[in-house]
Amino acid sequence: MLEFVTTRHNPMVDPALHVWGWEVPVYLFLGGWVAGSMIIAGWLARRGRRPGDGCVCHVLPWLSLVLLSLGMGALFLDLEHRLYVWRMYLTFQPLSPMSWGGWILILVYPVLLLGALTSIPTDLLSRWPAVAALAARLRQPEAAGRLGMVSIVAGIALGIYTGILLSSLGARPLWSSAALGPLFLVSGLSTGAAFAHLIARNADEQASLLKADTVFLAVELALIGLVLVGLLTASAVHANAAALLLGGPYTAVFWVLVVGLGILLPLLLQALMVSHRIPHTVIAPLLVIGGGLALRFVIVSAGQYSHWISP
Amino acid sequence: MARLGMVIDTRQCVGCMDCVVACKTENDVPDGHCRDWISQRLEGAMPDLHLTITSERCNHCDRPPCVTCCPTGASHVHDYGKVVLVDHDKCIGCKACLASCPYGARFVHPEGYADKCTFCMHRVEKGELPACVAVCPTHAMHFGDLDDPQSEVSRLIASRRHFVLKPDAGTGPRIYYLE
Repeated sequence: MLEFVTTRHNPMVDPALHVWGWEVPVYLFLGGWVAGSMIIAGWLARRGRRPGDGCVCHVLPWLSLVLLSLGMGALFLDLEHRLYVWRMYLTFQPLSPMSWGGWILILVYPVLLLGALTSIPTDLLSRWPAVAALAARLRQPEAAGRLGMVSIVAGIALGIYTGILLSSLGARPLWSSAALGPLFLVSGLSTGAAFAHLIARNADEQASLLKADTVFLAVELALIGLVLVGLLTASAVHANAAALLLGGPYTAVFWVLVVGLGILLPLLLQALMVSHRIPHTVIAPLLVIGGGLALRFVIVSAGQYSHWISP
Repeated sequence: MARLGMVIDTRQCVGCMDCVVACKTENDVPDGHCRDWISQRLEGAMPDLHLTITSERCNHCDRPPCVTCCPTGASHVHDYGKVVLVDHDKCIGCKACLASCPYGARFVHPEGYADKCTFCMHRVEKGELPACVAVCPTHAMHFGDLDDPQSEVSRLIASRRHFVLKPDAGTGPRIYYLE
């Protein structure tokens, strides 16, 4: 028999940790989505897409600005000492992924703004000659290629940090996986590709994005497998954390919403679309986007529930 | 430089909660929150039962994950005694430190910042004992420099069987429990 009684009763800590509600998963999801969009937009820009050619890459920076602002709004709502948020930018803490994230976001905004600037028609900028000159320079093939590369690097940093942020918190065994950063990055890429596919007008572009998203989903599935295998083959603490998703309270929501509806079904639909057996449908991209959101909610919630079992 | 720590004799602790009350009074801990608490662990089968009572709080770890994850440097290791403290004016309330602590020793103060045991630094810097240690009616709690081999806490650890909480979390806790 083992009976454990404690007088501790702190809100958000007992009976199980629940410090992060909807705000953080939403931010991680939107951040990943923006990261994926930036990488795709940057890659398309480096492939020679130019303003006026109708490429989806010219719309993505604008949408990314909106999505990232919404995500940062959610993050701000999560803070308990909101008026002190500026303190984050008076220091850089090299061992804190949250500090990296704060500074990465500062890098991402100007990159998105420059990307958006290139898509504004020249005549609209005629009243601001300096801005028009900057936009004209950025439209030059060489500068556009460089901006595309910066966009890819910033997107990778943003996407991968959202996973590392969690995996660096060793007290939560479910998050103790080096594959969590790549998983969140690939999930962001998948979400970004699905959304770009949804809004793309050019059939060739749609087909390319569809193929890319199919690969991203397959890699995401493999990374989920790696996370679980890594946990199951580690200590009892980590195996117990994995059990939350393998028979425990998060099993149904994880396997149905994240893996089934968020990855496997869209993977099947997209494989059929790629082989032209069914026409393009919005269902698959919408499922992918929903699956990305569900992944963040499940990982954040189950991770907080996981804990060290020794006394 | 001192490395302050605590030694608690589980044979003498009766779980009276004087330490909890003293902490709440001394540090004006808000209602519904606690910086320290009592845990009781009952193991075995009748008639061979073993009860362990532990007075718990922040372990002021040697490798504090709450300090490394803090994005603003609000959570820090104080020069005096290497005690882990929170600078309220730097804390943004992101709660990463709560998530990083395997002991659940932190909470969010109603004013928005992360809060926890300070080893009563305001008393210790004046040469006094932490409030919980000072009031313990069974003298189960001891406080001092773990790096000084002649200190009471070092001698107790050297002479008695002891354990720390969640040693496998790898944080190097500095609260020792005598068996």
